[in-house]
Amino acid sequence: MYPDTLHILLAEDDQDDRMLFTNVFDEVKMNHMLHICEDGLSLMKYLQNTEETPHILFLDLNMPEKSGIDCLKEIKNDPRLKDITIAIYSSFSIPSTIEQTFVLGANVYIKKPNDFENLRKILTEIIYINWQYMTDGLNKENFMMNY
Amino acid sequence: MKLDTVSMNLYLKHNIDKACRVIMQEQLDKLGFEYKLIDRGNVYFPKPIPISQYIKLHDALYKYGIEIIDNKKVILVQKVKLLISAMLTNDDLPVMKISAFLSTELQENFRTISHIFTEVCYISIENFIIIHKIELVKQLLMIDHLSLTEISFKLHYSSVAHLSNQFKKVTGLTPSIFQKLAHRKRKHQAAAIN
Repeated sequence: MYPDTLHILLAEDDQDDRMLFTNVFDEVKMNHMLHICEDGLSLMKYLQNTEETPHILFLDLNMPEKSGIDCLKEIKNDPRLKDITIAIYSSFSIPSTIEQTFVLGANVYIKKPNDFENLRKILTEIIYINWQYMTDGLNKENFMMNY
Repeated sequence: MKLDTVSMNLYLKHNIDKACRVIMQEQLDKLGFEYKLIDRGNVYFPKPIPISQYIKLHDALYKYGIEIIDNKKVILVQKVKLLISAMLTNDDLPVMKISAFLSTELQENFRTISHIFTEVCYISIENFIIIHKIELVKQLLMIDHLSLTEISFKLHYSSVAHLSNQFKKVTGLTPSIFQKLAHRKRKHQAAAIN
């Protein structure tokens, strides 16, 4: 009835942020698997080649070479990938950018919080809420959250 | 040979089947069940057992490395979800406290229900209800073009302000911004298909 393991994918070019995310995910009670891509190009390459698409992708907006927005567009245009939940992650909170990501199909926009405790709370909540969308047949089209 | 002065090794032979049967019998007797041990991997209960007793048995056996292969908890959670969804979407159901409603319907202590729910779903029943209510608000905002006042009345919110605050707290967006973005998203998707 429920998937055994939650597949989480993280695309983040900053090493410190990767550490932060990994630390938070280590505490998540749910059975899960984490894969990390270090930039947009390797993210798209990974997604094209993986057989099991992730359930949720945490996507940094500002990455060199291929930006988060470009990745978001490509993912949403790919029928095989378009159902992945996408949580955008950024140091900036510009209303027009936030709106653009939602219109393009992102589900969550996270303005990077200043402290670890807040990040932990936000990421855990997103994972659990996404789980509700996955297991309870909620309409993913209406899944939009802004942190 | 004096046992207390010389160190020694004892070598043991186990009858696993018998050990398991004895443990099962002891634990089942202790909890006062009517049961029949079919074999060491199968117990038959002629009468239904309450969830609280089931959990006691589960925990008692777990200590011995014996796990119940069953998803009774998942079944309970499904029942809770169905009841909540019925309560949210059916106008005819009496408006009562959810704890009273669930424990009456399921004939079970609310604390037990609540505990199992959080264990299986990772969120509390209260949060589950809020998330689902907000989902209904979103649907109504998109489909029926009802006013926020009408929606708050339909979903038994005490006021529009309460609904707006809860919506903002859960989604980080106001209902009107959500509505605007959802429409723009639909237009964008429609344009992408054509």
